[in-house]
Amino acid sequence: MNEALRNANRRLTIKLLLLVAAATGFAFALVPFYDLLCKVTGLNGKTGGAVQIAQASQADTARWVTVEFTSTVMPGMSWEFRPVQTRMRVHPGEITRISYLARNPTNQALAGQAVPSVSPGWAAQHFNKIECFCFQRQVLQPGEVKEMPLVFQVSPELPAEVQEISLSYALFPVSG
Amino acid sequence: MTQAITAVAHDQHEHPPAGIMRWLTTTNHKDLGILYMSFGAIMFFIGGVLIMAVRAELLFPGLQLLSPGMYNQLFTLHALIMVFGAIMPFATGLNNYLIPLMIGAPDMALPRVNNWGFWILPFAALLLLIPFFLQFSGIGSGASGLGWVMHNTSLDLQGGIGVDFAIFAIHLLGLSSISGAINVVVTVLNMRAPGMALMKMPLFVWAWLITAFMLILAMPVFSAAATMLLTDRHFGTHFFDAANGGDPILLQHLIWFFGHPEVYIVLLPVWGLIPHILATFSRKPVYGYRAQVYALWAICFLSFIVWSHHMLTSGLPLAAEVYFMYSTMAISIPTSVLVFCWLGAIWRGAMTFETPMLFALGFVAHFGMGALTGLILPDVAVNAQYHNSYVIVSHFHYTFFGGGIFGMLAALYYWLPKFTGRMFDEKLGRLHFWLTVISFNMTFIPQWFAGLDGMPRHIADYALRFSTMNFISSVGAFLLGLSQLLLVYIVFKCVRSGPKATGQVWEGAQGLEFTLPSPPPYHTFETPPAVK
Repeated sequence: MNEALRNANRRLTIKLLLLVAAATGFAFALVPFYDLLCKVTGLNGKTGGAVQIAQASQADTARWVTVEFTSTVMPGMSWEFRPVQTRMRVHPGEITRISYLARNPTNQALAGQAVPSVSPGWAAQHFNKIECFCFQRQVLQPGEVKEMPLVFQVSPELPAEVQEISLSYALFPVSG
Repeated sequence: MTQAITAVAHDQHEHPPAGIMRWLTTTNHKDLGILYMSFGAIMFFIGGVLIMAVRAELLFPGLQLLSPGMYNQLFTLHALIMVFGAIMPFATGLNNYLIPLMIGAPDMALPRVNNWGFWILPFAALLLLIPFFLQFSGIGSGASGLGWVMHNTSLDLQGGIGVDFAIFAIHLLGLSSISGAINVVVTVLNMRAPGMALMKMPLFVWAWLITAFMLILAMPVFSAAATMLLTDRHFGTHFFDAANGGDPILLQHLIWFFGHPEVYIVLLPVWGLIPHILATFSRKPVYGYRAQVYALWAICFLSFIVWSHHMLTSGLPLAAEVYFMYSTMAISIPTSVLVFCWLGAIWRGAMTFETPMLFALGFVAHFGMGALTGLILPDVAVNAQYHNSYVIVSHFHYTFFGGGIFGMLAALYYWLPKFTGRMFDEKLGRLHFWLTVISFNMTFIPQWFAGLDGMPRHIADYALRFSTMNFISSVGAFLLGLSQLLLVYIVFKCVRSGPKATGQVWEGAQGLEFTLPSPPPYHTFETPPAVK
């Protein structure tokens, strides 16, 4: 191969290698982008972190929303885990407190992490958690029973057609 | 440019070294093409043997031969080996051998990279298979059993060294495919003979150029997803681990962002070579050349924006489901352009039905069935019923076997006399075709009915009402496997004792490769040919 063609081939190869690197970078960039997309749109029923709400926010007493609570204990986890109440009616804007009961029936200390999901997914961004046991991992000593609080508010901006929201917690084992 | 190409042979040997060293050290595109194709053929038979064991288990309801874990390993290895070991390397072999001949170049642009890209493959295949054999001597829990897209069970259950071996195999396969793809792009863009304008290139070259771009963009995403899975498993990251803030659905998104273009990476080279064969045996020029080039580009673009139709039951919001439904259905428009161009190619042609033509027509019919069922599947409402059922299994075998393998067999028969310089036994070739058609349909038509009736895939046992369909399907699969042995005999007979082939081989054959003698000399087009 003569020098001109060899150089042209080398230049094009380098450009294509850069394209490969860009595609790899794009794949990793999809991870934070996906997280952001889920938080903004409530895709997957993902809810955000702790929200500060001024006490002054007005409850819309003319309107009722039913909130249902469920729990799932994931494979490998041996806690008992359930909400104290499976459904309640709240006004949008009202700040409500509920708790989940967890018991560790084993003879060793175990840590668990609850992961929330809201259905329908597009209502997730209107479900604000002010305080939640899901914000950090929970540790239960052998035989310990714990009442874990959740303080939440359904935003008054919740679209009018949503009359029921389900909140589900999946409890995962955490090692260490 | 002209001088450049005449001077090309300088640092190459006029005659290859003898024996095994020729194949280990070769940088000749024809040698590497033969190596790639032989490797693909060997893997095709290994993947076939694996699935014969699966079909033997499914012959009767209940568990007779395999444990469910072993069953999972077998179908996973079958899928990975067929897609990455058999179909893709065979397509790469065809491009290695044919692209330089078709565009009048003396060799591929990066011959050493070409050699390196090939010799990675046997090691990748070993990595995939080793854990499967290690389990019989009590080491590890066997090969990966997660399916070819690796997300069929939760992270907790993805145990065993088999998964890690599969991840490293995927890295090696990715390196090999990407290096091959870069080689194709550089060769096609820089090494064409004078006068060979882009819009004069044969469609096979166009199709491979587009495939190469898809490989360059999609393959790194697969490698990245596999890397994230690896670090989640061993190095304490939480990309996909829900307990620690990751998201298992993200793994599906990443894998399918690669996985859907991968479908077209498998099919595009075949779509490129079919028009050559149809035109030859209809004694007509290629029909709708421009339309086909644009359609291939359109499919390349669309394939990157439809991935979530594989995940319609994963809880996407309705708006996203509807988007993925319509964008997926939109692919049927450029695909129909291709199908009608193929039909236009044979319309009122002076057709003869030699073996390559039979396989090409078989390709059009079977791929048509796979494509039409693919038009139904993204429908959000019906997908809920068909998802993860045998309808899917049957659908993608109609596209991959009925489309991919039929097309590659057509190509093999079409260019085999060019590769070897000898004709194959036409009678046996036709017998091979009819046996393949009958046993292929016998295998996969019953799977439609079982799937419509609700039979789930990926499970070693089934309800009694699926017994008849599975029995027919298994017998069909055994016949399909056996009839492929005929192909081995045909190729050996052709190489050893076939009658001499002419340079043009087929009466209506067009293209630069048919202006050369059969087999072509070791070095070709050191002086670029005149392109009209």
